Amino acid sequence: MSLQTNFDVIIAGAGSIGTPTAFFLAQAGFKVLVIDSRPSTGQGSNKHAIGGIRATHSDPAKILLCSTAIDIFSHWQAEYGQDIEWRAGGYSFVAYDDVIEKTLKDLLDMQRGLGLNINWLDRDAFLELVPDINPASLRGGTYSPEDGSASPLKASFAFHQEAARRGAVFQFNENVIGIETKAGRVQSVTTDKGHYSTHCFINAAGSWSAEIGRMVGLDLPVRPDAHEAGITEAVQPMFSPMIVDIRSRPGSSNFYFYQHPTGKIIFCVTPNPQIWGFLDKDTSAFLPLSSRRLIETMPKLANCRVRRTWRGTYPMTPDGNPILGEIEGLEGFLLATGACGQGFMLGPGVGQLLTHLIQGTLFEQERQCLHSMRLNREWTSMEKLK
Amino acid sequence: MTENRIKAHPILIDDSVADIPFYWQDQTFLAKEGEMISSALMASGVTIFGHHPKDHSPQGIFCANGQCSQCMVIADTLPVKACMTAVKRGMQVFPADGLPKLPDVQSWDNLQTQPTPKYDTDVLIIGGGPAGLSAAIELGQAGVSTILIDDKAHLGGKLVLQTHRFFGSSEAVYAGTRGIDIAKKLEAILCQHTSVQIWENSTAVGVFEDKSIGVYKEGKDYVLIHPRMLLIATGAREKSLAFPGNTLPGIYGAGAFQTLVNRDLVRPCENLFIIGGGNVGLIAGYHAIQAGIHVCGLVEAAPECGGYKVHKDKLVRSGVSVFTSHTIVEALGTDRVEKVVIAEVDKDFKVIPGTEQQYDCDTVLIAVGLDPVNEFTSQAELVGLPVFSAGDAEEIAEASAAIFSGKIAGRKIAGFLGKQTEEIPAEWAAIEEILKSRPGEVTEPNIPELEEGVFPIMHCTQEIPCDPCATVCPRHLIHVDPSDIRYLPEVDYFAEKGCIACGRCVAVCPGLAVTLVDYRKGNENALVTLPFEQDPTSVAVGNEIELTSTEGMSFGKATIKTIKKIKEFENGTSLLTVEVPRAIAKQVSGLRIIETIEPSPFEFDTEHPENLADDAFICRCERVTAGEIRALIRQGMRDINQIKAVTKASMGACGGKTCLNMIKRMYLAEGIPLSEVTETPVRPVFIEMPVRVLANLTDNEGESA
Repeated sequence: MSLQTNFDVIIAGAGSIGTPTAFFLAQAGFKVLVIDSRPSTGQGSNKHAIGGIRATHSDPAKILLCSTAIDIFSHWQAEYGQDIEWRAGGYSFVAYDDVIEKTLKDLLDMQRGLGLNINWLDRDAFLELVPDINPASLRGGTYSPEDGSASPLKASFAFHQEAARRGAVFQFNENVIGIETKAGRVQSVTTDKGHYSTHCFINAAGSWSAEIGRMVGLDLPVRPDAHEAGITEAVQPMFSPMIVDIRSRPGSSNFYFYQHPTGKIIFCVTPNPQIWGFLDKDTSAFLPLSSRRLIETMPKLANCRVRRTWRGTYPMTPDGNPILGEIEGLEGFLLATGACGQGFMLGPGVGQLLTHLIQGTLFEQERQCLHSMRLNREWTSMEKLK
Repeated sequence: MTENRIKAHPILIDDSVADIPFYWQDQTFLAKEGEMISSALMASGVTIFGHHPKDHSPQGIFCANGQCSQCMVIADTLPVKACMTAVKRGMQVFPADGLPKLPDVQSWDNLQTQPTPKYDTDVLIIGGGPAGLSAAIELGQAGVSTILIDDKAHLGGKLVLQTHRFFGSSEAVYAGTRGIDIAKKLEAILCQHTSVQIWENSTAVGVFEDKSIGVYKEGKDYVLIHPRMLLIATGAREKSLAFPGNTLPGIYGAGAFQTLVNRDLVRPCENLFIIGGGNVGLIAGYHAIQAGIHVCGLVEAAPECGGYKVHKDKLVRSGVSVFTSHTIVEALGTDRVEKVVIAEVDKDFKVIPGTEQQYDCDTVLIAVGLDPVNEFTSQAELVGLPVFSAGDAEEIAEASAAIFSGKIAGRKIAGFLGKQTEEIPAEWAAIEEILKSRPGEVTEPNIPELEEGVFPIMHCTQEIPCDPCATVCPRHLIHVDPSDIRYLPEVDYFAEKGCIACGRCVAVCPGLAVTLVDYRKGNENALVTLPFEQDPTSVAVGNEIELTSTEGMSFGKATIKTIKKIKEFENGTSLLTVEVPRAIAKQVSGLRIIETIEPSPFEFDTEHPENLADDAFICRCERVTAGEIRALIRQGMRDINQIKAVTKASMGACGGKTCLNMIKRMYLAEGIPLSEVTETPVRPVFIEMPVRVLANLTDNEGESA
């Protein structure tokens, strides 16, 4: 345990959300402790993320948070020095039929209204952007050039380093086992290695956050949803945006992939039906399934070689949006979880938002964002661009 | 064009002709039928196969075993491993310079993907080497449905590289027979068993959640096998060593060298230097000499070579300088190795400054031990698939032990499946232990006072599991305790019916450590018969040869009186008889074959050898240096996952097969116990897999596209 036992804020989870949150809080002068049960930063779900970062969502709150995140990721190296492999390669949702074309086009006005730089490319323009996309029955697709990608592990390590430099304490291989409250207020946190006083606790434990919620009698609707991803050998640059194909196919409800600056293709599917649970063993279905989708979307990749696959979990919520902010009846207990596989791209935005919340310096848009992402919501809306 | 092919060899006979034309950067080369691109290129003098995209460093062959990825070339527009891809007539091969460009797709109209074929079997054996073959024979005998897969074109595993006669027990594991011949014997027995399917050119790529194993079948299709039990007989991979220059072309693992020389009869170099005095290094050195390659020296960091003394003696007698308590400091060269710097080490294996010397050489062979290939075992355990392992995959030992451990594993598995009624004989476990045992202490040679008649001299002075000499004597004069074949052989010099000078004990000895001394002429000279396993055309009756002691001391020259072969041992072994003064007859144990070269002095041009070691490469694929990793360890990183994230070490093509063990050794060298270190998980795929294969992309005729 840490020698220091009194903290302004204690964060459970040194992952995609916990590390940037620790950084912004430490930068704002708070005494921060981050506790994680794993041996180093980002070893829960962060390292399984493929690195895509987009502001192109259908929910205004997520657009706000991710726009903030892009601003932070894109300036990180210039400001703090670490190369987190940020690249503004853009995102493209591709359409091969009327329904998907309409779904994508219908969102454009709202997205532009929220300041997003996003356009519709017709078939020819799209083929110019991504010459190797399968042209057969291609309609076109969106293109949001300011979206991009970065290395989840390098970024969370950079947040960790900079947070630590500003006094944040990181305790690894340590498990939160209890959160003590008094008169409706957080008092202290007990781990398997020690006991720490604080009046502010942030549950940023992602897929594992429901377990921490139960320590204060909270039933968090966050469930682990298993996903697999893969990476190929490095080949010469072929295309820059993340390509998202939201067509449903047997076994998968979508498919997305991009070419990393090193030349490797990184790909992922959303299994259909979803597979619930803390499952980390590779399935026999994933390689054939994702290979078929790679060939279907970009036939040239048939000759590329897959190098590695892996599996991790999304902390899923009923509506596909995160759960953020304070809860009723327990002062000092904050939520920053349920990112539904978007924790990496949301992380810096969430970190800054919670810092403003704790500082008491929220601006109006942030207040609205917290309102729509509160725990006590209706769970009716649904993310359209999963 | 250079033709680096071995034409004369004492053991290997190859009548095939290189007559398949292919193109290297538009220049026409010739390959043999079925030859791997790497060997065909090396045979034509090409050692640089490409340049690394990260730092443009020259890349060439390293493992020759499909494990690393350093031999990548572009063959008919596709990036492939040169060591695992056979040359096709007219193939266009180009160096992999920088990142490969995927070829344009012509037409996709008649192509479609197929469902993944699935196979059920009782047992899947991964690896068709000594352990896998022996296990398969047992399972075949018990009628158990078995699939045996091997990633090479021919069964036998590393047996196909072992041209020497085997140690071990003649009865249990074919001791006295050459490894290459044992492979053929085992395969022939296996082929009689109909319950065993053999898939060559088939590589396992991962063990999955549903207990299936993904297999790249026969170089064409991707299939899933659902076995009831899995046997891992995947053998070992070579440990590597971090020293500056350690990734220059011309630095190979011992297995790569033996593959080129003994499997493919390619002579990859002229002048070899060896690091490591275990059996692998010692044997590979002798194989090199047999292939007509000069071996200038060998270093072993320990005070004594760890391999069998008889193997070391073969090298020393031949003229190789063996330096114990020495290590390699650096390999130097621009496009390939040109020289090595060696130095003496203290008891903590630290270089003693001022003891550096250098050798000119064009190739360095690394033989610093083996690690089990056990990732499939851990994957199977994770998903709950019953798994056994045998041979080196279970525990590193001699191939003879692997044969026996495979046999035991096969019986056990048959038993678990209820297909074996016979109990495993109680003594098998003891035999396995004996075969696996390390060599004993070196004792004084047991040389008789006797100076009359004719009798063999046993020059072996170290207890090792070996008994062929005791099994071939027609007069039963040589005894090895059958209950423990590690005991040294004893000769009955005073038997009523004594030695008939047949020479069979001389010919069969795997260590070439038996000579025959004949005093029957009764004058001041005696006849000495020596085993000879070099190019037979290099000696003739009347030639002078230089005789040596076991320690390599010269006894001067003598004339060959006779050369004879014994029918049963004629493949590769001749018996040379020379006449020498009686006084030295019993000490003569071999002959000088190559010119002994002494190292020359070397002066460091760098100030701190400790920093120099930072330049060594740990991760070959991503070009990560020892310095980068050591700095992170010293910063306090104890999670290898984080080292991986920050440096990309182990994230390259090979998936950490070489570097992860080196990183663990770096922790130990820094005084950090591995109990404090978090290791990385094992993930598929074991080798890089083409997307078209995983999707089973076929054309309209159903052929793999």
